[in-house]
Amino acid sequence: MKHRRLLVLAGVVGAVALVTSLSVAAASSDKPARTHQAAAIAAPKVPNAAAIKKKYGGQKITFVGDSVGNGHVRDVALAKRFSKDTGIKVTVNPHPAASDQSYSQLARAFSSKSSSIDVAMIDVVWPGAFAPYLVNLKPKLGKQSKLHAAGIVQNDTIGGKLVAMPWFGDYGILYYRTDLLKKYNYKAPPTTWNQLFAMAKKIQDGEQKTNSNFAGFVFQGNSYEGLTCNALEWIASAGGGHMIDNGKATINNAKAATILDAIRAQVGKTTPRGVTSYQEDQTEHAFDSGDAAFARNWPYQYGIGAGAGSKVKGKFSVTTLPHGAAGKPVGTVGGWQLAVSKFSKHKDAAIEFVRYMTSPAVEKFDAITNSNVPTIPSVAKDKAVVKANPYLKPAIASVARVTRPAKFLGTHYNEASKVIYQGINQILNGTPAKNVLPGVQSKLNQILK
Amino acid sequence: MSSVATPAPAPRRRRRRRTKLQRRQTKLAWLLLLPALAIVALVAIYPLGKTVYQSFTDQQFLAGITPTKWVGLDNYSTIWHDPAWKHAVILTLKFTVITVTFEFVLGLIIALVVNSSFKGRGVMRAVMLVPWAIPTVVAAQMWKWMLDDTFGVVNDFGVRTHVLSHSQAWISNPSTSLGAVCAVDIWKTTPFVALLLLAGLQVIPKDLYEAADVDGASKLQQFWRITLPLLKPAILVTLIFRTLDALRVFDIFAVFFGNRLDTQTMAIYIQSAIVGDGNVGLGAAASVFMFLIIALFVVIYVTFMRVNEE
Repeated sequence: MKHRRLLVLAGVVGAVALVTSLSVAAASSDKPARTHQAAAIAAPKVPNAAAIKKKYGGQKITFVGDSVGNGHVRDVALAKRFSKDTGIKVTVNPHPAASDQSYSQLARAFSSKSSSIDVAMIDVVWPGAFAPYLVNLKPKLGKQSKLHAAGIVQNDTIGGKLVAMPWFGDYGILYYRTDLLKKYNYKAPPTTWNQLFAMAKKIQDGEQKTNSNFAGFVFQGNSYEGLTCNALEWIASAGGGHMIDNGKATINNAKAATILDAIRAQVGKTTPRGVTSYQEDQTEHAFDSGDAAFARNWPYQYGIGAGAGSKVKGKFSVTTLPHGAAGKPVGTVGGWQLAVSKFSKHKDAAIEFVRYMTSPAVEKFDAITNSNVPTIPSVAKDKAVVKANPYLKPAIASVARVTRPAKFLGTHYNEASKVIYQGINQILNGTPAKNVLPGVQSKLNQILK
Repeated sequence: MSSVATPAPAPRRRRRRRTKLQRRQTKLAWLLLLPALAIVALVAIYPLGKTVYQSFTDQQFLAGITPTKWVGLDNYSTIWHDPAWKHAVILTLKFTVITVTFEFVLGLIIALVVNSSFKGRGVMRAVMLVPWAIPTVVAAQMWKWMLDDTFGVVNDFGVRTHVLSHSQAWISNPSTSLGAVCAVDIWKTTPFVALLLLAGLQVIPKDLYEAADVDGASKLQQFWRITLPLLKPAILVTLIFRTLDALRVFDIFAVFFGNRLDTQTMAIYIQSAIVGDGNVGLGAAASVFMFLIIALFVVIYVTFMRVNEE
């Protein structure tokens, strides 16, 4: 009798725990409706598949791939096609969503000389840090690299070695609700930050009457790498420099302080108070659920917003980000490359995978299904690609690009970026810029020494 | 080879026999302990020693081919003068004091309630363990969504019942972030404390209470004079467990705040220095500091326990 009761109790506890964890897991995977977009087009076939299969068929490689938006779905589709055609089995592991944590994951693997990673997605600011641990791709992929934009190939070449192949580009753009602009009698999207704030306030005040979750402007404000990208856009577009210029930290200047304080003033007003925990996925979710008038995000959000399951399908468009009174519109260079680990046990098979993923056909596939910016200029001009990605039109695509100061920092980039994004996050959370920027600047100068 | 029994000093003979046996037993004890000691040395002493060694060098995580050099006490000096480290220590201490106090008081109340007999007591005991059964990272993510200022249920419920005037950004707002993370940790770990205290309560013989009833003692007097004194060992064990766990807290802060500067605990500071910045030497020095702080608490508690036992 006693034992039976005990078993019943154990069952109750187990059941409750199981239900809780399942509902938590289910809540995070509401993706099915949105993945139809990626499956709409078939993954391109692998050129030269028979020859590759003869040489490397049967080998297994691990690819640390995308986790933001529909990136993982795309990776799995491409990996499946590659495995089917060449017999090389590819296991896709999505990396942590925050770029700085993804850096830590790779740093741990490389420092322990682990062979568990064969191909990895490398952020545009990491080639300098990881160069000693990556295979030189020039011998085998040098010819293919000539198809890609020269600037990115240069970024990925360290000490004469091509340590990574460009895969997709990225730059910050402004998403805006065309229907709401019309509703509140605005003829065009804002061109200056003050215009954006004013429009966001008017639209938010109107929309909050029916939707209490509505916010005027959302962006990435969490204490992570993405905030460095957002902050660089604010500061550079306001004429405040590029955080580090000519090897010296310049972030502590009046124009930077002004724009940062202006954004800080919006937090809790036209931007949700919780924006300081937002990363790309939260921004995209807020905008695509119809809860925001303006959003700053990377181009990948376009495909999701225009796809099935989005509440703003057909109701939004993109343009360049606003600028300060004394500046011009800019977009931070993002983008990802593919690299092969020096400790991989199947380097050649991994290189074949990278060759496939960075080929024009796959970049076109990625651009159409995932709205990622191709790094091959001929693909970026393709009619079908431009149709699916309006931000590739010259008016927006020719926006001035600003790069994060990775070239001055090498292996210390992650540390320096942390100083920046922690400081900016502090400002967004309520501390005036003039109290934070001097400390950030002196710490950056110490790292640069 | 034993000596012939003589009528002379019998106590001396007894002592010699005990010594031989004692020596044999001691040797056997050491032999039996050797495997366990070897494992402890490999898994605990060696990493600790390596950390202390690394704290005197400028070891980098992604060293590549750059050689590591000895820097003496430089790392320690950097940590000592770093305001972020001081802030991390104070924050961790604040967190420890708040959570251990609340968990202890609430845990004691729950343990006392669950100790008495009432219908459904068994089910109650099982249900109260559920928060603790959920993995910390899962629970932290769950609460992070619930406390969200845009779509979180806590804010929704609070605003609908007019308890809150508007949605609060519990996690993002620096003035409420410590409270939020403490509340979630208390929710998660009170059952554990209650369980430990319940075990201690169940050992107290019931006839003590019956005798007290006969003598006319009130329930409050019984609690102060019988329950608490007899519960002291269990309380001490619980407090040691919880204090040490709270001083080393990492996962719940990492999920809630990530890399935010004003919410770094000691463990997060160290992890960020080692893996994020790649500064193994600096992280090792901070680890040694953290080890000393925790050791201080252990010494305090153990001394208290020893004083108590006398």
